[in-house]
Amino acid sequence: MRFTLNGHVEEVDAPPAARLLDVLRVNCGLTGTKEGCGEGECGACTVLLDGAPVCSCLVPASQAEDAAVVTIEGLGDEHPLQHLFMNEVGAQCGICTPGMIMAALALGPNPTLDDVKTALAGNLCRCTGYGAIYRAVLKWKAGDMSPPSAASV
Amino acid sequence: MSELDLKRAWSTSEALRLLRDEQRTPVAGATDVYVAANFGTLTQRRFVDIWGLDELRDISLRIDALVIGALATYADVIRSPEVAIRLPMLIDAARLVGGPQIQNRGTIGGNIANASPAGDTLPVFAAVDAVVVLRSVDGQRRVPFTSFYTGYRATVMKPDELIVAVEVPRVDGRQWFRKVGTRAAQAISKIVVAGVRGAKPRIAYGSVAPTVVRAREVERVLAERRDIDAAAAALEREISPIDDLRSTEAYRRRVSVNLLRRFWSETAGA
Repeated sequence: MRFTLNGHVEEVDAPPAARLLDVLRVNCGLTGTKEGCGEGECGACTVLLDGAPVCSCLVPASQAEDAAVVTIEGLGDEHPLQHLFMNEVGAQCGICTPGMIMAALALGPNPTLDDVKTALAGNLCRCTGYGAIYRAVLKWKAGDMSPPSAASV
Repeated sequence: MSELDLKRAWSTSEALRLLRDEQRTPVAGATDVYVAANFGTLTQRRFVDIWGLDELRDISLRIDALVIGALATYADVIRSPEVAIRLPMLIDAARLVGGPQIQNRGTIGGNIANASPAGDTLPVFAAVDAVVVLRSVDGQRRVPFTSFYTGYRATVMKPDELIVAVEVPRVDGRQWFRKVGTRAAQAISKIVVAGVRGAKPRIAYGSVAPTVVRAREVERVLAERRDIDAAAAALEREISPIDDLRSTEAYRRRVSVNLLRRFWSETAGA
């Protein structure tokens, strides 16, 4: 199958019914995308498929044919949202982090806290209590790269 | 997953031929099929991939009906101005299905075909007397939504039929939808209810019986006597909830009645 992965055309040999998650991790060697529950509940495997967040554990590979897929690796290491997740301690154990970030990328401009919660409703985190994650996303959308204040940590 | 035999259909007619000639099961956004596949509980192995059939994705307004293509996703429904005008409670329901990732992939036709008693959109279609449009190689037939389900996870569909659309006649009255789950997102409903407060009140419940149920006796009591206490008593007779891992029969009965009372008070003056 042929698709665009993080901006580059990729050609892989995978059965049509393979999970996109496995194609990314096994065939393409991009292990930033995590498998959590394997049933679309936790969002750890979230990638963008033609711009829309999806659970890659529930996508048949053949449905990504000719589509554009973006994974966490597609951001490089210098995306402001990645830094804000670190600064605000929005990442603890880290399993949910790539999926959280990919889901957050779909947010429109000037989101409210409620908008952020809705956009991340399909992503579970069992460490942070979400507060630090919402803070990181809101600061990113506001273009605010200031270090966290002691009170907010 | 690789043991799954998945064949892509390039047109609706090809999909119908594959249903007939190769006894395949349709798969669209795979949000139910791949959950079962990941857990090894799939009973079928041969599927036809209909996700690419854009002609089944349209949402359109006719004078007499809102027509929702079977492949319209929850996200399509949420964004649809046509649905916002005619059936806003379907948008309320769609927003509570999974999270954005599931809303981007799960389809209305899939929710109907999956036939779960807990399907979030099903009480909406039951309450508004929607019609399911089924197509096969032999032609098309239209089945009233309230006679579509024949039992737990069972429908009137033949193996070679495909849901191509659901038609929603004009709805007169105030629409009302509530889902009760453990949390707002990512929860399977404990109780889900949709109602219309018009000259003839209509109300349907999910997760309280083997199939979605239209509470006809409740409707009759409300229409004729406008007596909410009598309606609540009637509701107790019309639902048959069970204890399961999500809830108990007693809780479901109590909350079903509470929701009926809330429907009646919140839609008063409509």
